[in-house]
Amino acid sequence: MNKPLAYIGSFMILIGAWLSGVAVGSVPIPLPVIIGAIAEAVSPYQSTIDPINISIIVDVRLPRVVLAGLVGASLAIAGASFQGLLQNPLADPYTLGVSSGASVGAVLVLFVGFSFPVFSAFTLPIVSISTAILTLLFVIAFARMLDRTLSIETLILTGIVMGSFLGSVISLMIALTGEELRQIVGWLLGSVAMRGWNHVGLLFPFFVTGVLLLLTQGQELNAMSLGEERARQLGVPTEKRKTIILLAASILTGAAVAVSGTIGFAGLVVPHICRRLFGTDHRHLIPLSLINGATFLILADLISRTIIAPAELPIGVITSLIGAPIFGFILYQQRKKGASV
Amino acid sequence: MIQVTNMTGGYDARPIVNDVDFQVNRGEFFGVVGPNGSGKTTLFKLMSGILPLWRGEVMIDQKPLEHYGRKQLARKIATLPQIQQSFFSYNVFETVMMGRYAYQSGFLKQPAERDKEVVRNVLDQTGLTEMSSLPLNHLSGGEKQRAYLAQALAQEPDILLLDEPTNHLDFSYQKQLLDEMKQLSLSDQLTVVSIFHDLNTAGLYCDRMLLMDHGKVIRIGKPEDVIQKSLLEQVYHSSIAVHANPTISSPQMNLLPSYTSNETRTTVTPELVKVTEEKVTVSTRKPLKTFSSALIGGGFGWYRNFVNGHVDKSFACDAPDQFIKGKCQQWGLAEQDTLAMMTAAHLPDYAERFFRGDDVSILIVVTAGLGNAVDVVYGDKHVESTNPGTINTWIFVEGSLSEQAFIQGIVTAAEAKTKAISSCGIKGPLTNTGATGTSTDSMMIASTQTGKSLEYAGPITLLGSKIGRMTYEATKEAIERYLERMRLS
Repeated sequence: MNKPLAYIGSFMILIGAWLSGVAVGSVPIPLPVIIGAIAEAVSPYQSTIDPINISIIVDVRLPRVVLAGLVGASLAIAGASFQGLLQNPLADPYTLGVSSGASVGAVLVLFVGFSFPVFSAFTLPIVSISTAILTLLFVIAFARMLDRTLSIETLILTGIVMGSFLGSVISLMIALTGEELRQIVGWLLGSVAMRGWNHVGLLFPFFVTGVLLLLTQGQELNAMSLGEERARQLGVPTEKRKTIILLAASILTGAAVAVSGTIGFAGLVVPHICRRLFGTDHRHLIPLSLINGATFLILADLISRTIIAPAELPIGVITSLIGAPIFGFILYQQRKKGASV
Repeated sequence: MIQVTNMTGGYDARPIVNDVDFQVNRGEFFGVVGPNGSGKTTLFKLMSGILPLWRGEVMIDQKPLEHYGRKQLARKIATLPQIQQSFFSYNVFETVMMGRYAYQSGFLKQPAERDKEVVRNVLDQTGLTEMSSLPLNHLSGGEKQRAYLAQALAQEPDILLLDEPTNHLDFSYQKQLLDEMKQLSLSDQLTVVSIFHDLNTAGLYCDRMLLMDHGKVIRIGKPEDVIQKSLLEQVYHSSIAVHANPTISSPQMNLLPSYTSNETRTTVTPELVKVTEEKVTVSTRKPLKTFSSALIGGGFGWYRNFVNGHVDKSFACDAPDQFIKGKCQQWGLAEQDTLAMMTAAHLPDYAERFFRGDDVSILIVVTAGLGNAVDVVYGDKHVESTNPGTINTWIFVEGSLSEQAFIQGIVTAAEAKTKAISSCGIKGPLTNTGATGTSTDSMMIASTQTGKSLEYAGPITLLGSKIGRMTYEATKEAIERYLERMRLS
């Protein structure tokens, strides 16, 4: 597919999803009102729009949609990077157990009340990122111990076992703090509801760092998707690059989980579809997964809060409903013909 | 140029490659061979800096390997990997462009004009231009291998390492790939170092070979220095035979199977000889190794049907081999199993002799016609008739003959035949001197290659003396019958 067209198309769809995300809800808001409200919020411009609508847009819908977009983009490019680096189309923050690892950190901060003495505002994402990295390193080390070639199945099996284990740890931790079960389930399924601009602010610096690090690794990911040894033969300093990629993907995962909980399969579905549509070249796969990942989660969030309105589903229910069958499909394809995705 | 000294390294605690020294010159095609687990692949990994050296040194163009950065090294040495299952499919152009990684710099590493030009050139060189936008998984094994080759060549290396490059390729692709590599080593001074599983293939292409075992160098040298029976039997622990290659100087090796079967041994007995007016045939259950000047199946070969076909005295044909092939078809004898001669002699006049010793049996069958008898000393003065009054001699041996025994057997039989002709007083019709044979004689020695090993067949041996005596007697008897028939007619 024509690359400029892919970017323009993806971007247009993102804008569309973004606007729908802001417009649709218990109070439908027409497009001119949205534009007016945003204009008023970012400039001295004074409109005649109802201040309640402005408040709904600027304080409720907008941060929610932006947060969903950032989380979706983070998980999607983290997934694409894990997949390329580990040569494993089933790898994503969720299936590798990294999301659960980050959740443990987040729960530790949110429910147990752990906090850094300094940078206390950023305690949440930093702890989540740290536990994400620790989990990832453990999963890879354990899987490699079982199977030196780090086969697809071994790695994913290890990740899923790790994920369930950490999920139970989280349930236990939350239960011990005396919270009710519904909240635990809500956490484990992920949500971008009831977040504000402060959550966007928590995620944003890590998002920028992670994205910048990964956008420059396209060629390296291409080479490393042929295997680490082959990448070295092609001239890639693999140790250094591997560290950067794993670190960046963990930062994105950890920060995203910190603000939204464990949203399953977003990092699996989006890169898979992007590869099908636009090809495997990571120089384009990463930015295109970023744009479409944002779109995907904005739309998933839109569905989750409208499908049983006025009640809301956790967003992870929607992503897993879409993601789990695709996971099964990829696995089937792999086993069936060992073909590429 | 690659200079390796005291190279030692491996995984964990055990060195896989131990104290290896060798040197590969620029433009050389250098093969690495050895049994499984002998350390060939580890040697490659040490040479290309994938594994660290424990001891010793690898010098690439007079500079130690560790002084090269990863990218610098990738511009010197490229490796052609074995085809492996990849889960992500790039198209051919993208795959080849990855070979330019070491030349790209800057933040986003956008390919420069030069990179695109090199990629276009190698695509052209490997014949992949047409396929450049196809995904790799739509390609056949051979095309995929070419795409990886193009990727390696896009690195513009001085040295190309091939790890069993022909592993998954059928022999036509193997040949094509190796031809291309050899051509590059000759025309572009590309240094090629390749691991080979198949010693015969290695021998065909390599300038020099390195034979490894247990991580050590066993021998380095020209293919003929390495492909040696005793050396390879010792390293590979299996019995092999080494033969001259029919077309080039590198020898070829063959495995000798060492299973035992319960089949009864092939014997040669006079009962095998079937004679009619139109042909003499001998058919054996298993093929015999033959050395002959037969019309069909001459030289060395393995056959189980032996035919001496009768043609009329007035027979004239430009392509007697086609004629006899047609005959064999009529008689239901498969071409690949059949050795055939022809003669105008009256076939029921054939003569045979049989000897059965303790461990050797010999059967001799002769048909004789003397229409164009000749004294070989005046060979240019023979009768220009197409009337092939040939003496055809077959010698069947149960035993295992060496190649020189085949030749000695033929020599011995030829001498005996000449003696028989002379003792019958046959003269060359034009020269009136004693004839030595006819102008179109043919001879064959066939052996079961089972049982007793018979190294020689000169008259000093039992085999040689029997061949001499029996051939003499059989030839004489056949000639006498011929003369009798001539006298009567």
